[in-house]
Amino acid sequence: MNFRTLLKNSIVILDGAMGTQLQKAGLPLGELPEEWNITRAQTIEGIHREYFAAGADVVYTNTFGANCLKFGGRTEEVVTAAVKCAKAAAAEFKNKFVALDVGPTGKLLKPLGDLSFEEAVKIFSRTITAGVKAGADLIAIETMNDVYELKAAVLAAKECGKGLPIIATCVFGEDMKMMTGASPEAAVALLEGLGVDALGLNCSLGPAQMLPAVKRFVACASVPVIVKPNAGLPEERGGETFYNVSSGQFAEDMRAILNLGARVLGGCCGTTPVYIAKLKGITEGVEPAPVTDKNLTCISSYTSAVYFGGAPVIIGERINPTGKKRLKQALKEGDMAYILNEAVTQAERGAHVLDVNVGLPEIDEAAVLENAVSEIQAVTDLPLQLDTSDPVAMERAMRRYNGKPLVNSVSGKKEVMDAVFPLVKKYGGAVIALTLDEGGIPDNAEGRIQIAKNILREAKKYGISQKDIIFDTLAMAVSADGGAAVAAIDSLRYIRHTMGVNTSLGVSNISFGLPNRDFINGTFFAMALGAGLSAAILNPSSQEMIKTYKSFCALSGYDAGCLNYIEYAQSVQSAIVAAQSATASVTAGEKGSLKYCVEKGLKAEAEAAAKELLKTQAPLDVINGQIIPALDVVGQAFEKKTLFLPQLLMSAEAASGAFEVIKSAFGGGGNSKKLKIVIATVKGDIHDIGKNIVKTLLENYGFRVYDMGRDVPARAIVDKAKEVGAQVVGLSALMTTTVASMRDTIALLKEECPECRTLVGGAVLNAEYAEMIGATKYAKDAMESVRYCEEVEKELFGD
Amino acid sequence: MKVVNGKISALDIKETLRYLGYAGVKSADGIEGLISECESMILPSLSPKAVYSSFPLERGEGVNLDLGFAKVQSKSLARNLEGCDHIVLFAATVGAGVDRLIAKYNRLSPARAAVLQAMGAAAVEQWCDELNADIVSEYGPARPRFSCGYGDLPLKLQREIFPALQVTKNIGVTLTEGDFMMPSKSVTAIVGIKSKS
Repeated sequence: MNFRTLLKNSIVILDGAMGTQLQKAGLPLGELPEEWNITRAQTIEGIHREYFAAGADVVYTNTFGANCLKFGGRTEEVVTAAVKCAKAAAAEFKNKFVALDVGPTGKLLKPLGDLSFEEAVKIFSRTITAGVKAGADLIAIETMNDVYELKAAVLAAKECGKGLPIIATCVFGEDMKMMTGASPEAAVALLEGLGVDALGLNCSLGPAQMLPAVKRFVACASVPVIVKPNAGLPEERGGETFYNVSSGQFAEDMRAILNLGARVLGGCCGTTPVYIAKLKGITEGVEPAPVTDKNLTCISSYTSAVYFGGAPVIIGERINPTGKKRLKQALKEGDMAYILNEAVTQAERGAHVLDVNVGLPEIDEAAVLENAVSEIQAVTDLPLQLDTSDPVAMERAMRRYNGKPLVNSVSGKKEVMDAVFPLVKKYGGAVIALTLDEGGIPDNAEGRIQIAKNILREAKKYGISQKDIIFDTLAMAVSADGGAAVAAIDSLRYIRHTMGVNTSLGVSNISFGLPNRDFINGTFFAMALGAGLSAAILNPSSQEMIKTYKSFCALSGYDAGCLNYIEYAQSVQSAIVAAQSATASVTAGEKGSLKYCVEKGLKAEAEAAAKELLKTQAPLDVINGQIIPALDVVGQAFEKKTLFLPQLLMSAEAASGAFEVIKSAFGGGGNSKKLKIVIATVKGDIHDIGKNIVKTLLENYGFRVYDMGRDVPARAIVDKAKEVGAQVVGLSALMTTTVASMRDTIALLKEECPECRTLVGGAVLNAEYAEMIGATKYAKDAMESVRYCEEVEKELFGD
Repeated sequence: MKVVNGKISALDIKETLRYLGYAGVKSADGIEGLISECESMILPSLSPKAVYSSFPLERGEGVNLDLGFAKVQSKSLARNLEGCDHIVLFAATVGAGVDRLIAKYNRLSPARAAVLQAMGAAAVEQWCDELNADIVSEYGPARPRFSCGYGDLPLKLQREIFPALQVTKNIGVTLTEGDFMMPSKSVTAIVGIKSKS
């Protein structure tokens, strides 16, 4: 029998804690438990044997921390020895299995920590390759606190696991979240998307406390659910640590979990062979709960899942450069801030998913999309729709994405299906499928339905079920073809209701070429919703669309008590009033002046005032007559300590808002100064708030700033300085340990760009220290950085 | 060893202002809106957790200390632990949610990022104060808590604190290559318990 057969037909019993047993056997504090695979192999083998004898079908190898961060070049030796111990124990029994235990790296992944996603995959790959070679029967990924690290581990298992079964469990707190925020539904979406054999939770809580989270797992999982709790919580008595749930109680509590439908059961910290024997006891004679396909169409972010098929899903369309001049400019300049603001605005306006398309002929789409995905995920926890026709860009974005993405798109074209379906299978994802093929877009519903059927058939060959496909029946311009709306709606209705597959539309295409497009869009959207539209790609700032959406939800039973509708309808009223009073305040003399708004840090008002001023004044006059004088007042007050950092920053943000208005209206960079500045937090240092503050202020004062981010190697900084011809390089370091990287960066700069000045700052620096490491200038705060750059500007370029 | 979860329902705003450089200024004139906005964002993101355990303390020659989980040479810690015969070692965090918020506003709004950063620092200190008080009531009168990086106590000691409390497994805090903790709003500390005699 193999493990998959056991999993399919039976309740599976896993082992209990390894660490608890090792401590009993005398493992000294400070010694790595995995060393014993080599030095005390008999002891390790003995522990496995006890668990098998107690009734475990599977034991986890003693490799929880056996990764190259801890064992370096000895990783393979330690992992091989561990598998050997477990296999020796298994050989004495029948139908027992050895799971290669894969624990977390002990590091947090970027952007929260300092380990890159690909480094994490490499670390896991090394352990897994060794374990598989040594003969493990399956791979057990466990105790994951972060879904992103979990994804890295599962990917490594898929890439290096030679097809072995993969099971994975995560740590949930009593708040039913993982440490980095994922809900049970989000974890299930990610893991099922990646195709694991079983999934669930372990560690952290006792079985009774785990119950509510287990319920949620069982409700949404279509594969067997694993539950491996602690023997309660650790407590200390007389210097001894013990866990507060007895073996008898543990088994009783596990009975409730078994009754909920979990099928793979074991113990974590504090459990012993006695616990496992009693657990085995309660499963005797019990039929395993059937595993049913929940048939859920869902995608996820790193915190939550979004389901299709219930209340319609709004996919925000704004991050797409087609027809958007300002976004094109931002993409070309690598101006992420503009894109991030679009993301946050759409989230605030009620989008459930964000489309991300950065396709422009003159940029490296794969690199930009990958970066945009990470950056957008840093500001919003909405799931993303990765929108590209380039398979390379699609693969990189799907790999990097934290969660189960929606992919836009595949079609009935053979070549496209050949490229996209393998990616969906490998990385997990739901995919938008366009009902067109080599013959184009059929002008009638029948043709589109036929293509949909072809697509489903082809997807099935890859093992992709129809629940992961969402058909877009293509809204074409009704101005060019009077039957366009009918064809899209009829095929949509059939696909949703007869074929039972979810649907989506890019709604606004329908009105292409017509005046007052919102009129047509709103009505078409209502028709589509009525016909069974599951999701719509639209602009969530369009009142016409949101109005239709909210009304539809209220009318269709998706809005209990019409509460969402009422809240929305009332907010529309108050927004109108607010807009009127904002206009009034702009005209109200001194208090409404741009200068006043920037000084007081009133961003929305500053933007409105800038818009108003630009009707009568040239952009440069607005900058020099209003914004700069305001910034000077605030800057001086800050220097005199009559005003503090938050106020300085509020003003800076108001000024940035006004600059953005000018930029949108007139294009161009808005840089009034000639000086070019490269700015970065040095290698090894991940603190960048101070650096970002300096950047914001420098930009306010009209300098061109090239921000390289944090943890940047000396080589990259110097190359950038050369590339752009920077006259000043600003470096930030917050830790004594990273001042050395700052010194190295300065040395390399002196060697290769002797003309370039270095401006340094950060909590651990002072003027003497800065001089010692060879910096040109130390600035104690952001204002001093501005003053220094003004001096250099004057020296090099005159006034 | 004990693992505990906490709850923070209000923040000490004076502490936040102090972290923001409001020397000698006790009120948030002109930024009341910003402060209350950030407070309402940060409170739901806090997820205070801690793990602690007691260890015997042995003194060697000079400034040599055996802390039960590690041996260390530190003049400042030796001075701090005068009159103590055991210690409680703890690791505490307010979780990764604050870091997510800071990362978000670091990209969108430097003013909010700076305030959230200060509030996060104030929050973890507040959580440590609460924990410290619990430790005192459980183990008896104690010396002020002492962390790696204070005086001459090396940051490298973190490498021994982490396995001793199984910090990553118990509360999800990790160490970076430079021995900094992630989530960043986390603290480890040694609390010297005064001898009964």
